[in-house]
Amino acid sequence: MGLRGEPESRRAFSAADLAVGLGTLLLLYVAARVGSESFVRFSPPDVIPTISLDPRNLPNYAARSTLRMFIALALSTIFTFVYGYAAARSRRAEKVLVPLLDILQSVPVLGFLSVTVTLFIAMFRGSLLGLEAASIFAIFTGQAWNMTFSFYQSLRTVPHELNEMATLYGLSKWERFTRLELPSSLIGLVWNGMMSFGGGWFFLAASESISVLNRQYTLPGLGSYVASAIAARDLHAVGWAIVTMVVLVLLIDQLFWKPLVTIADRYKLELSAGEERRFWVVDLWRAASLPALFERMLGPSLHAVDRLLSHATRIEPQAERRVRSKAADRAFDVVVAISVLMMLAAAVRFVLASVGLAEVGHAALLGLATGARVVALLVFSTIVWTPIGVAIGFHPKLARLSQPLVQIFASFPANFLFPFATLVFIRFGIHLNWGSILLMALGAQWYLLFNVIGGAQAVPNELREMATSIGLRGVRKWKFLIGPSIFGSWVTGAITASGGAWNASIVAEIVSWGNTTLKAAGLGAYIADATAIGDWPRIVLGVGIMSIFVVTLNHIVWKPLYRLAQTRFQLS
Amino acid sequence: MTPATSLITAEQVSKTFPLSAGGEQTVLETVSLTVAPGEVVALLGRSGSGKSTLLRILAGLITPSTGSVTRHGVALRGPNPDVAMVFQSFALLPWLTVQENAELGLTARGVPKEFAEKEAMHALQMVGLEGFEGAYPKELSGGMRQRVGFARAFVMKPDVLMMDEPFSALDVLTAENLRGEISDLWEKGSFPSRSILLVTHNIEEAILLADRIVILGTNPGRIRGEVRVDIARPRDKNGVRFRALVDHVYTVMTNPEAVVEEVPAATAKPRKRFPMLPHARSGGISGLLEIIHDRGGREDLPRLANDLQLEIDDLLPAIDASALLGFASVAEGDVIITDIGKEFATTGVHRSHEIFKEQVLSRVPLTAIVVRMIEQKRDGRIGKEFLLDILDEHFSNEEAEKQFQTLIDWGRYAQLFEYDADEERLYSAEPEEDASERDPAPKA
Repeated sequence: MGLRGEPESRRAFSAADLAVGLGTLLLLYVAARVGSESFVRFSPPDVIPTISLDPRNLPNYAARSTLRMFIALALSTIFTFVYGYAAARSRRAEKVLVPLLDILQSVPVLGFLSVTVTLFIAMFRGSLLGLEAASIFAIFTGQAWNMTFSFYQSLRTVPHELNEMATLYGLSKWERFTRLELPSSLIGLVWNGMMSFGGGWFFLAASESISVLNRQYTLPGLGSYVASAIAARDLHAVGWAIVTMVVLVLLIDQLFWKPLVTIADRYKLELSAGEERRFWVVDLWRAASLPALFERMLGPSLHAVDRLLSHATRIEPQAERRVRSKAADRAFDVVVAISVLMMLAAAVRFVLASVGLAEVGHAALLGLATGARVVALLVFSTIVWTPIGVAIGFHPKLARLSQPLVQIFASFPANFLFPFATLVFIRFGIHLNWGSILLMALGAQWYLLFNVIGGAQAVPNELREMATSIGLRGVRKWKFLIGPSIFGSWVTGAITASGGAWNASIVAEIVSWGNTTLKAAGLGAYIADATAIGDWPRIVLGVGIMSIFVVTLNHIVWKPLYRLAQTRFQLS
Repeated sequence: MTPATSLITAEQVSKTFPLSAGGEQTVLETVSLTVAPGEVVALLGRSGSGKSTLLRILAGLITPSTGSVTRHGVALRGPNPDVAMVFQSFALLPWLTVQENAELGLTARGVPKEFAEKEAMHALQMVGLEGFEGAYPKELSGGMRQRVGFARAFVMKPDVLMMDEPFSALDVLTAENLRGEISDLWEKGSFPSRSILLVTHNIEEAILLADRIVILGTNPGRIRGEVRVDIARPRDKNGVRFRALVDHVYTVMTNPEAVVEEVPAATAKPRKRFPMLPHARSGGISGLLEIIHDRGGREDLPRLANDLQLEIDDLLPAIDASALLGFASVAEGDVIITDIGKEFATTGVHRSHEIFKEQVLSRVPLTAIVVRMIEQKRDGRIGKEFLLDILDEHFSNEEAEKQFQTLIDWGRYAQLFEYDADEERLYSAEPEEDASERDPAPKA
């Protein structure tokens, strides 16, 4: 289903056409050139590509990193559709897929790297493709779960009457998907994709240059450029990389996400007529007659494909239906439960047999240390950013200006800033046990700020006027008005921030500058160490313990808080 | 009527849903219904009478727990291809144009594009939407949106056009207007379906449109009876026969329920130990009684509803509650205030609380039970969960919550107990003067 066109204009080629045409061609050219570079130039496994720190190479590196990001995004989207659809459509699949997704969301993505890098290198022996795939997979794991969850939720919350309508009016599976389900989940999907994509830069930077099993692997790109700059103690190069990154984030935001958000906005389920969101790229696209021309040319064949797919997925009316059997359901449950128990037992046995119980205790203690850092980070970010966020949110003009900025900060990979922080730590002799809190906060704090601004914006003006008129001020104003009304947003932000912080600990608890390496006592450093030397039992143990920490915290802290926010502090 | 001449037939259909507290709730109990060619049938009932469930069973959207549904004498499996439905909330796809929405069912059938377009245009003309083909639903008013819903159903040329409260999401005037147009179309004989099955809680709507009205009772949903509407079309809403029928149906709709609930707890059947509390707030009850008192103590229900611009569903809870508490009685479509009701409506605030308390205690066994439970608890407090657990045995989760809310409202007004929403606990709120004789437990 294409963009629904505006009334077709009969104008001749215009400046808009020139812009759209040239832009599209340029994009195709860059993609083709960069793509051929990364996929055709095979290297023997022992020859690791070197990174040149000459800033003139940066556009090329940036393009290669970007391509990886978009391939990962495409894969995440496909995965989202398949997985989300299966979970929402089949009751049995749902029982396995949804809890699994919950766990996958909590597993530290960077802990996977060692596993996947080894696996993919073995799969594509003798070429860079293995590393390429491992990096893309790392980004994928950072994006896919969130998007899948959003899609699944949207599918589950399609209004009941619309579903009944689709059934009664005999929509084929294809029609149901393209006319009902995809459009109604589009907004959530785009927003989640955008946030996940922003988070993806972090994993890209971490995965392009990684030491696994005592070997340093490097993949040409922005992330490996920064890694090389750090190894060479070249602060200028780091600076150039940061500038490139900022430009890249801005470009992708303007040319890809903003247009998508603008388009998705038309797929609101509410029928209320509001002002339509506008954006210059979309306006340009609509003003140009080239796209309309293409639509006219492709229209008939697209229609034919649509009809063909619809026919192939037709639901025969009054066909014999399979009856769900309760016994089979129960058998399925039992099989699932047994398989899960067996897998758990195998993992526990593997870890215990190779490292022993004492090591488990050690890792758990380290987990507590990292957990304490996450808590400290949340407390400090809250103290610092909540008042600022509220102040921004209460000024509509300021909020409009700063919200996209904060969003860009959030997608800027914090690991690009690590070298500067590391230098400061070395200069002033700050131990990384404390310093790592700052490093983790560099990435995570923005989610908190972002959400608090949003929450403050949502406080109705009347409530604030009421507070002023009855003389509510200072602590009492925070206690009775601001605190309760931004609580929900704060919880949402804190959940994201804490998830990000756990993940970041793997790169934040061990940092280096040239030959100097700083290390903190924590589970993140433990996993990073184990990954570097390829100590499988400890990798499994570390990742497992971290997952347990995250899942447990989610269930005993965040979910109840979220429920509380939904029931008690809902501004409606 | 033989099955062969009927379009849809439901025989001995029941539907139960499992309750989360264990056990199950019966939404429909042994219901049989036939839709014959050329007739308009209205399913009339209050919320909770299972009328929408019955409609969906006949449409093949829900499978009945027991009993059978046939179409043209053949057992129904899955969505019924002979029907099209008009939904309460329109169920339009906001991202498709009016035209595309109207075509949706036809294109799904795989008919040629041109044919679908022509048919959709024709249907849109019928509902007066020419010129709006390219508009999106959000650009239309509520009434026009529902017209698109009708056009989409018309295009299918179904045997039975099903309407699920099609006018209830519209404002009064728009609903009136559209209802009239649908009625006109039917009378002209050019209606694109053979029969109509209408679900509604609006009595006048049923009488205006239907050939026969099937009245459903609540808890569990069942057919209480049928009223034939033998008024020639076009029907005049102010005609003598029309008004008489309205009164008659009102009486049927209001009376038996009130009678069931007036039976004292001791003699009632075990599962009716907790009669369903109408979801009326104390303020609403006294407000209604004041209005009735101002109008001379007796008022025709339809006229009252009309004057207040309310639907029957909005008004009935307060009337039922008044009847349950002995403040009013209902007879022949009229509501009549009782002596105690009159006193309640006219006296001062303090006395009105007292009257309410007496009536609640004597007529709503559940409140007396709660008061006793609070007295017997050492700390004088009982949890919401505890009460919900008891209510869950008799009502669905959702209904139990509603019952609880109503109970709290009445209890507070009667100053029988207080409720702390943070702690989710009920505690005693007895006025000081009776505290000594009725509350042996030390106050917490």
